[in-house]
Amino acid sequence: MSSSEGLHLKTYILLLIMSVFGPLGDVFLGKGMRAVGSAARWAPDDIFRFFHLAFTSGTVWLGIALLLAFFSAYLLVLSWADFSFVQPASSFSYVIVALLGHFFLREFVSTTRWIGISIICLGVLIVGHTPPRTTERI
Amino acid sequence: MSTDAVLLLFIVCASTAGELCITRAMKIVGEVNNFHPFEVLRVIGRAVRLRWMWIGLMLMLLAFLCMLIVLSSENVSFVVPATALSYAAEAYGSRVFLGERITSLRWVGVVLVCVGVALVWHGKS
Repeated sequence: MSSSEGLHLKTYILLLIMSVFGPLGDVFLGKGMRAVGSAARWAPDDIFRFFHLAFTSGTVWLGIALLLAFFSAYLLVLSWADFSFVQPASSFSYVIVALLGHFFLREFVSTTRWIGISIICLGVLIVGHTPPRTTERI
Repeated sequence: MSTDAVLLLFIVCASTAGELCITRAMKIVGEVNNFHPFEVLRVIGRAVRLRWMWIGLMLMLLAFLCMLIVLSSENVSFVVPATALSYAAEAYGSRVFLGERITSLRWVGVVLVCVGVALVWHGKS
């Protein structure tokens, strides 16, 4: 395997990890925060109570753990691939978030939103056909 | 403009700036070729000694706390795609701040992503 193929392979493996763990983390955060509910006012004691409820929720912490796994893969891939390649490429996760939100959290997703998400996917496919690195290491 | 819209804009700005700072730090750390746990820990150890990493982490923490607030009142299938609004800023920022070359094809992809985000936002109402 050439170094270029190896670079692409490890890049796509880490992007796959990001695409699974990121959306799952977001969905668990959404589920946990929905249970916490919005603060009635935003006075200091309300803010404290809000974040206290958020950070004592097991579901929120599960979401945080999954997002940390996502973040670790993200940091590793950023050490060799361009930011402007990694970030748009990882946006495929928006589709997974919408699907999980729709089927797992029973959220209503309008047709316009599905179209928007499909266009995001198309953008991602185009970005995926560009080289992972255009700069020299600092 | 609603509180949620202001918070979403703040999330976009803070997370974009944070990610650019973290990317700069990781470029300084260098490419990771060995995924042995000790090597990964050594890389993390180098990264956390960089000022760019801490500035980036603080900005992303602020964005995360705002994200929790928005998620308490809006659907995750709206909030998460809406935050992709940062793509244009990120592409521009990575060119100016990180010296990356953005090809025309990559710009087309980024613009399409932004159009998609606009529709996601429109589909909320």
